[in-house]
Amino acid sequence: MARKTTTAQMTMATIFAWAVGLIMFFPILWTALAAFKTESDAYSLPENWWSTPWTTENFGIVQERSNYLRYILNTTIIAVVSTLLGLVLAIPAAWSMAFQPEDRASVSWPGYVWLVIILGAMAAAAAIAYSVGWAMSARPLLGLLLIVIFSLPIAAWVWTRRTGDKLLWMLSTKMMPPAGALIPIYLIFNRNGLVFKDWGWIDLSEWNLIDTFAGMIPLMMLLNLPIVIWMLYTYFKEIPFGILEAARMDGAGLWQELSSVLAPMALPGIASTLLLNVILSWNEAFWTLNLTNKYAAPLSFFISEYSSPEGQFWAKLSAASLMAIAPIMVLGWFSQRQLVRGLTFGAVK
Amino acid sequence: MATRQGQALGRLAVAPAVAALAAWSLVPLALAFYYAFLHYKLDDPDNTFFAKGANFYYFVTDPFFAKDLFNTVALVLLVLVITVVGGVLLGILLDRPFWGRGIVRVLVISPFFIMPTVSALVWKNLMMHPVYGFFAHMWRSVGLTPIDWFGSHPLMSVGIVVGWQWLPFATLILLTALQSLDEEQKDAAEMDGAGKLDFFRHIMLPHLMRPITVVILIETIFLLNVFAEIKVTSVGGIAGNLTYLVFSKLNDDNNVGEAAAGGLIAVVLANIVSMFLVRLIGRNLEA
Repeated sequence: MARKTTTAQMTMATIFAWAVGLIMFFPILWTALAAFKTESDAYSLPENWWSTPWTTENFGIVQERSNYLRYILNTTIIAVVSTLLGLVLAIPAAWSMAFQPEDRASVSWPGYVWLVIILGAMAAAAAIAYSVGWAMSARPLLGLLLIVIFSLPIAAWVWTRRTGDKLLWMLSTKMMPPAGALIPIYLIFNRNGLVFKDWGWIDLSEWNLIDTFAGMIPLMMLLNLPIVIWMLYTYFKEIPFGILEAARMDGAGLWQELSSVLAPMALPGIASTLLLNVILSWNEAFWTLNLTNKYAAPLSFFISEYSSPEGQFWAKLSAASLMAIAPIMVLGWFSQRQLVRGLTFGAVK
Repeated sequence: MATRQGQALGRLAVAPAVAALAAWSLVPLALAFYYAFLHYKLDDPDNTFFAKGANFYYFVTDPFFAKDLFNTVALVLLVLVITVVGGVLLGILLDRPFWGRGIVRVLVISPFFIMPTVSALVWKNLMMHPVYGFFAHMWRSVGLTPIDWFGSHPLMSVGIVVGWQWLPFATLILLTALQSLDEEQKDAAEMDGAGKLDFFRHIMLPHLMRPITVVILIETIFLLNVFAEIKVTSVGGIAGNLTYLVFSKLNDDNNVGEAAAGGLIAVVLANIVSMFLVRLIGRNLEA
C-alpha cells in the first residue's frame, strides 16, 4: 500500500520546495540578471531589475579588455587533456584491480621487515643529506638519488599489496593537503628548488613550469587521478565477471576479451568519469591561483582578477562570471549521479 | 578464474598509476621535509643553511598561527553545521513528491558547479555588499541597518559562501540515502501509528547516520583546504586559515623554510581526519 498524498499536501510541498530551490539558485540568477544590465543599473538591481533596459554590451567589453576566449581555451585544454592523460593511466589500473584482483600481498614479507626497509631508507637519505651539508644545489644527482632512496621502498611496498590496500592507498593520496605540496611543487616548477638546480651536463637554466601547460596539465592529472581510478573501479566492478569467464571459455584471447567484451560495457562508465573529471579540473582554484598568471591561466584565475577592480564593475564581473560558469554548470546538471559516486568513493550507494 | 598470464599483465597494468601517484605524493613530501629544516628565503638564497627545528618553532609561535588554526577549525565546523543540517532538511524536502522535482533538484545542485573564485566574488559584491548588495536592500526594507558582511564578519561570510557551495553535495548524498529507505518501512511505521517526529528520530536519523559520517569526513578534507574564497575576498589577514598562512609565508615573506614547516603541520592535521575516512571506506570495500 503506497502512501496517499492529497492534492493540498502536494501543492504545499510544491510551493515550499520551489521557494527553497529558488533561494539556493538565487545568487546565480542574480548574476545572470546583472550581466545584462549597464554598470550603473547593476548597482540598483533590487529596486528596478525589470524596468531598466537590457544590454549585451558587457560580454563584448569583458572579451575586449581581458580576452575571455583565451582563458576559456586554456581551461578547456587543461581540463580535457589532463582528463584524457588520466584515463590512459587509470583505465589499465582500474581494469587490473577490478578483474585481476590479488587477495594476498604478492611479496609476503612480514610488516616489520617492510617497516625496517622503509624507515632505514629514510634514515639513510637523511644521513647522506646531513653529511653533505644539506645545500645540495651543487649536487643535483645526489638530490635525485636521495628522493629515489626515500620513495622507492614505499612505492615497492604499495605495488606488492593486495588490491584493496592498493585502492585505499591511492585514495589517501587525494587527501594530502595542497598546503603541504605547495612549497615543493612551486620550487620544482620554478627552478629555484635547490635540489634540481645546476645539472651541469643538462642545461636547465631555462627551466620553468610556472604558468605553462607543460606544468599545469600533469599537475591537474595527478590531482584527480585517485578519483578517476576509484570511479572507474566502481564502474568496472559492476560488469559481471561471468560474462568474462564465458568469453574465456569460448577461447577469447586477452585482446579479444578487452576489445570486444569489456570495452563496449565499460564505455558509459568511462564517459561519466571523464565528465566528472572535467568538472573538477574546470573549477580547481588552489593551484591555478598559485602557479599561473598569464599564458596558461584558466578561468578561475581570470575571475580572480576582479577582486581588486577600479570603478564600477558589477555588470562586467557578472558577465565574466556567467561566461565562466555556464558551460560547466550545464555539464554538471547531467552528471548528478556520477558526482555522488565519484566524490564518496563508493561509501554511499 | 584469473589466469597466470592475466595476473602478470594486471600487475604490469597497475604499475604506471602506482608509480605516478607515488611520485606525486612522496616526492613533494620528501622535499617538504628537506625544506622544512632549511633556513631558505627566496630573496636571499645565498644565505641558506641547516636550521634544525627553527622553522617549526617560528611557525607555531607566529601570532597568526593560533588565530589561523582557530579560523581553520571554526570554518570547518561552521560549514559542516550549515551543510549537514541544511542537507538533511533539503534531502527530506526533495524526497517528497511534488510538481517539478527534477527542475528543483537542478536548482539546488547548481551551486556545487560554480568555481570558488566566482562564488566568492559574486557573494562579496552582489549579495553581501554593505550598501548595494541584495542583503543590504533586504535589511533596509524591513527597517534594519545593513550588515557589513565581509568588513565586520569575514569568517562568518566566508563560511556562508563555502556552505552555499557545499550544501548541494550534502543534499545529494543524503537524498540518495533517503531514497534507499524503502517504502515498506515507511508504511509500517505509519501503520504502527508513529508520528512524523518519531519516524524522523527512530528510523530516518539512524538510517542517515552513516551517510552523514561520510559527508562530514569528505567535506572536512576539502574544507581544511579552503583557499580561493579567502584570497579573492582579501580577508586573509583576519579570516585566513592554515592553508592561507602557508601561502602567505611563501608569497609575502618569501620564507620557504617556514612555509614548508607549516605545510607539514597541515599534512599532519589532514591525516588525522583522513585516517578515519580511509578506515570507513575500507570497511565498506570489504562488505
